[in-house]
Amino acid sequence: MITHFYDVIIQTVCRLLIPFIQVYGLYVIAHGHSSPGGGFQGGVILGASFILLCLSHDLQEMRKRLTRRTILIFCSLGVTIYAGIGFVCLLLGGNYLDYGRLHRILPVDSVAARSLGIFGIEVGVGITVMAVMVSIFLDLASEEKVREG
Amino acid sequence: MKWIALIAVCLTGGLLIYGTVDMPNWGDPTSPASLHVSPRYIEKTVEETGVPNMVTSVLADYRGYDTLGETTVIFTAGMACLLLLRRFGK
Amino acid sequence: MELIIGKYNYWIYISLMMIGFYAMIAKKNLVKKLIGMNIFQTSIILFFISTGSKIGGTIPIVEQGAQVIEAGQYINPLPHVLMLTAIVVMVSTFGVALALLWMIYRKYHTLEEDEILRLRR
Repeated sequence: MITHFYDVIIQTVCRLLIPFIQVYGLYVIAHGHSSPGGGFQGGVILGASFILLCLSHDLQEMRKRLTRRTILIFCSLGVTIYAGIGFVCLLLGGNYLDYGRLHRILPVDSVAARSLGIFGIEVGVGITVMAVMVSIFLDLASEEKVREG
Repeated sequence: MKWIALIAVCLTGGLLIYGTVDMPNWGDPTSPASLHVSPRYIEKTVEETGVPNMVTSVLADYRGYDTLGETTVIFTAGMACLLLLRRFGK
Repeated sequence: MELIIGKYNYWIYISLMMIGFYAMIAKKNLVKKLIGMNIFQTSIILFFISTGSKIGGTIPIVEQGAQVIEAGQYINPLPHVLMLTAIVVMVSTFGVALALLWMIYRKYHTLEEDEILRLRR
């Protein structure tokens, strides 16, 4: 149950802050290699930025930016990226999720191929976690009055 | 009803505290959790994967299969909420 | 005495666990039971992470320009990895449980356990 009242200060401040929160979330995903972070943490920060948009503005403002269909596509896109990278490693002759084999299609050596494989799956995990956070929030908050987006 | 719950909770707590007598001390470097496979992960993470963050390399490379299962778990939770709460049609 | 010094962290986590356990079995409101479950799971996560610490160890990220990596300098990364999974499972069960609570409220118009059991008869 979100009561919609118009408050200038909250809306202006959140409108200024949300892009920086999203950039910070992407930073946490990308710097999972050398500082604390990674896919799950960055995905939750990205999801929280969309929930902040939903809480400070109207629910329809959020719908204009992320429709239900886009959220569903993002949910399955992340898992597809993860399983897809594992499958590509299987096609190149190694075991499932054996990133060392990726050096046959990427112009790097075997150790750097493992590093790139780790980065790829962290991106997939981040996308899925963000989409599921937003999807659960929208399901609980919209009271089923809104139709298929 | 609350008295039975309180007795059960105190009994369980007492049994658990009695069980911690055999556990290793806090911060012991020779505890069994730190001896078998984790020194190998700590020492080999930079030369095998090139990632200085040990937690990410264990999560995504050495135990990558578990992370795939976990991503499926969170996807399934999102789908379960969707199936429970959305009414199609009408 | 050294029993207390060596193991007082386990006792703190056990007391937190028992608070959550009491909330799960003794409270009548369904949302309070859910909060108790959340406290219980949080205490389990803290307990596991505390088994991986070492005296004098630093965070499990290799310092820049370090030549020799010794296992005694860094704390154990394995419990942290396993507890990332546990946190995700915690959030997932919390989300699905809230969805189930919403369905129960829609049907019975109350969230007290004894009223629901009385209405079902």
